[in-house]
Amino acid sequence: MGVATYIKNEKDAIEKVILQSGIEVKPAYTPEDLKRVGFDYHKDLGDPGEFPFTRSLYPLGYRSRNWTTRQYTGFGTPEETNERFKLMISHGQTGLNVAFDLPTQMGYDSDDPLAEGEVGRVGMAVDSLKDFEIAFKDIQLNRIGVGLTINAVASVMLAMYQSVAEKFGYKRTEISATPQNDILKEIVGRGAWIYPVEPAVRLIGDTIEYAMRELPRCNPVSVCGYHIRESGCTPAQEISYAFMIAFAYIDNVVARGYKAEDFVGRFSFNLNVYGNLWETVAKFRAARKLWARLLREKYNVQNKKALFLRGIFGGGGSGMTKQQPENNIVRGAYYALAAALSGAQTTALCSFDEAYTIPTERAALISLRTFQILMDEIGLRDTVDPLAGSYFIETLTKEMEEKILEEMEKIEKVGGMVEAVASGYVQREVARQAYEYEKKLQEGKVTKVGVNKYTEGVDMEVELHEYNEKWAQLQIQRLRELKKTRDNKAVNQALKALEKAATNQENVMPYLVDCCKCYATVGEMANVFRDVFGEYREPGIF
Amino acid sequence: MAERKIRALLAKPGLDGHDRGAKVVAHALREAGMEVIYTGLHQTVPSIVSQAIQEDVDVIGLSIMSGAHVPICRKLMELIKNERLEDKLIVVGGVIPSKDIPILKDMGIKGVFPGGTNFSDIIAFIRENTARN
Repeated sequence: MGVATYIKNEKDAIEKVILQSGIEVKPAYTPEDLKRVGFDYHKDLGDPGEFPFTRSLYPLGYRSRNWTTRQYTGFGTPEETNERFKLMISHGQTGLNVAFDLPTQMGYDSDDPLAEGEVGRVGMAVDSLKDFEIAFKDIQLNRIGVGLTINAVASVMLAMYQSVAEKFGYKRTEISATPQNDILKEIVGRGAWIYPVEPAVRLIGDTIEYAMRELPRCNPVSVCGYHIRESGCTPAQEISYAFMIAFAYIDNVVARGYKAEDFVGRFSFNLNVYGNLWETVAKFRAARKLWARLLREKYNVQNKKALFLRGIFGGGGSGMTKQQPENNIVRGAYYALAAALSGAQTTALCSFDEAYTIPTERAALISLRTFQILMDEIGLRDTVDPLAGSYFIETLTKEMEEKILEEMEKIEKVGGMVEAVASGYVQREVARQAYEYEKKLQEGKVTKVGVNKYTEGVDMEVELHEYNEKWAQLQIQRLRELKKTRDNKAVNQALKALEKAATNQENVMPYLVDCCKCYATVGEMANVFRDVFGEYREPGIF
Repeated sequence: MAERKIRALLAKPGLDGHDRGAKVVAHALREAGMEVIYTGLHQTVPSIVSQAIQEDVDVIGLSIMSGAHVPICRKLMELIKNERLEDKLIVVGGVIPSKDIPILKDMGIKGVFPGGTNFSDIIAFIRENTARN
């Protein structure tokens, strides 16, 4: 998705190109365009590694740091996830990105009636520390960065990760975890929410505060424009919503008496790569620049590294099609190219079978090889920000910057992101964009190859990653045994202490670590919060 | 006399939170002149059925992306039978591999619309298969 609208005319094969963010692309660009938008090398770009980092966070770009690839992995039982982790590491993957099943993401144990049919389906089932001990067995936790794709109970899972690392003999200061931990985007775009907006944001504040003091190598928040874009917003909105969400989290921690400078350097972003190539590249260049500038202006952040827009720029699943699925391998390669031309630090691709299921081993490996071909064969590492100075790209980067700021202003007008999400404003806007896009697609106004154009050809049946009912039985069995053998008195005490901390506005993280270490379950901890905070209710958006 | 509008309940059963498809279809059905009730996320099958009864709908549409469509639909159809709601048109959309379509149809799901189905096909199907056409 996310391409431009092309209107045909007989004289010129294409009369008008309007990018999704609403910017018109001209047939040709000249130095006059740079003048028109007021382009200035030192102000707008700076050398690579220099403020405002439009070109790159580091002076040598990929020449000094190859990108990290972090394919989304994890399914079924912790044993199987552990095998897949080791396989991906042996093939050269440099980070892990853990997928959790829906009951875990929603804070239900595997034996909960609401978990029926879902245990281990879209990711790994985790009930207690026992499962992490299996999943991370023989993996060097001081050497590898681990992304934890979890939000509503991210605080629980970060505590769980610290607990497993300490149990294995690592120091908590040497582990590097990135829980996704972005609840506002869950409410807007991905749906795995549990608690009402305000206590949910407070839990995020707790993890940021705790990580600042105790987990110096962890990135407590990964702000996800990615999923909001997947839900239908434009590329410019993706960046503006992500920034407004980040500000909401920053404000929560600043209100506790800290300086943004002391923690914002550990923020990371998860942003989407798909759609029009030029719009994508301009989006990321504009985003790096704006983030640095806004942090300076709004929060007086001076430390250079704290101004970095770090993160994972990953190939979007919405771009992938069910029709002619092998085309998705080609799409993935172009998305990876776009990510490389945008200066992505860390990246991941949706695999070609992603429109159906979580990736098979073969598909995940093809994605990994795609990156390796780009970096090691084609020359993407040769020089930093190769598109810099292009009349077109620099003009577009400036125009994207303006669009992003416009969208941010709209959110500010309705009272900031917490308010805009609580009232359903953002959800309405995103749903509207999704509908408009879908209509254009069905009317043939935007092209999707194999879907509404060049549809001739055989739809291949892809080999699917099959769900195995046995996973659930195994997981439930393990959970029952655990509840018999653990020290239940210690568990009850730890859960009571957690409840007190949650009620008293104390930072819950140390209490969660205590709970994890005595094998309290994810469901038990999540239920403590359910009792104290209540549950979120969706505002009507139609 | 003006005929009563077709009433459709769009539901997101289970824990899956991907609701772009459901919301987009809700917009399309509404634009086609139907009355649409959207349940929101994380619904259980019994709550979907009770909303369908309360709202007296003609159509129940489930949107499922997690891969759990077979067990969820089986549960729904049992309850539909128990509640004697067989007159309601049941349709399902989402990430549905083609090999599962006959399984769903055997259960009594009349329409199965995998991702990417045209709005016009869904709308025409609902119009043809509801009594208040």
